[in-house]
Amino acid sequence: MVRLESMSEPERKMLLGFPCLSFDTSPWVAGPPLNRRRVAIITTAGLHRRDDRPFQLDPNDSYRVIPGDVSAADLVMSHISAGFDRTGFQRDWNVVFPLDRLRELAAEGVIGGLADFHYSVNSARKSEFFEAPAREIAGLLKQDGVNAALLFPV
Amino acid sequence: MEEAGIPTAGISLVRPHTETIRPPRALWVPFEMGRPLGTPDDAAFQRRVLLALLRLLEAPGGPVLEDFPEDAPEAADEATVLACPVNFARETDESEEADPLLASLRREMTALRPWYDMAVNRRKRTTVGVSGIGLDKLADFVYAFVRGEEPPNPRDDVGLPYTLKMAVEDLKAYYIEGITAQPGQAGASSRKLNDWFWGDTVAGRVFLKLALVCEASPDEMMHAMGSHFLVPHDVAQRHAE
Repeated sequence: MVRLESMSEPERKMLLGFPCLSFDTSPWVAGPPLNRRRVAIITTAGLHRRDDRPFQLDPNDSYRVIPGDVSAADLVMSHISAGFDRTGFQRDWNVVFPLDRLRELAAEGVIGGLADFHYSVNSARKSEFFEAPAREIAGLLKQDGVNAALLFPV
Repeated sequence: MEEAGIPTAGISLVRPHTETIRPPRALWVPFEMGRPLGTPDDAAFQRRVLLALLRLLEAPGGPVLEDFPEDAPEAADEATVLACPVNFARETDESEEADPLLASLRREMTALRPWYDMAVNRRKRTTVGVSGIGLDKLADFVYAFVRGEEPPNPRDDVGLPYTLKMAVEDLKAYYIEGITAQPGQAGASSRKLNDWFWGDTVAGRVFLKLALVCEASPDEMMHAMGSHFLVPHDVAQRHAE
């Protein structure tokens, strides 16, 4: 499938040319075994409920909340980029937002359970705008009892 | 997040970026952008990716960057021939519409409708409708811009360039959801679908025109839509050549 080496030169250059932050620290939080983890999804795909406000390029408007009981029919995408595949999501939301798969794993007891709320951001913004919302979302996840956040980019 | 006390594990699509960022736990996957779980409609494969990601949470220390060992299943490309239901070469017709391209776009949309309806019925969902503009009005709304007009914005919560962008994505989603519901097309790769959309459909041709019109706009956001956000770069480049 598509790997960096199989992309066209301009595509690859553009992708690798995106500014990318580096960090001096390597924070690490341990946690319980998987079957006691309460899991939340963080997606950068610009997803939200159908009635929610669409994403725009507004640095002050950072995330949308996706309730844990959301249905596939209610989740849509308003990411501004034309640079990633949407045909997968159009056929099956799990290829971007694997909530059905996580629900199955929770029902089987592989993971402890799922968060009441998941979060979505629109990745078409500068990295430095993410720190404040990331800290805010971390606080909200704590209140939700989450001890595993899974990050899914597009 | 980790600093704030939440254990995290993330999918990595662009490995060099992840090597620079050094997040606590990352699973690099050899999948295309837009498909972090690899492939649609393959629960077993998605589950393997998810389990590999979850297992990183059990690593004793990090940062951990692992490679997922499987490529996404190959789409059955060779067997897939996407055919448009309408003959677009025939741009003049007996309809009263003065603009043959708009007439063709409408005809093409109508011809796809049974398959779009089938798709919605089968999948019990659609990603169309984000713009809030009804299917019957999408073509006219988008085409007004091609004509150089500025139609009234049907939304009061986002600017006109954003409404246009959402309308374009709605139309594209309508086509992709519809065509992938046809017999034998379920396994079409994204490349095949994109080649079809941008190369063989009237809608694709209309959008390429639309991007040029928007690019010439004095409005900064409309210009950005035309130059970056309506048509993928590789498609724009191919068609400029």
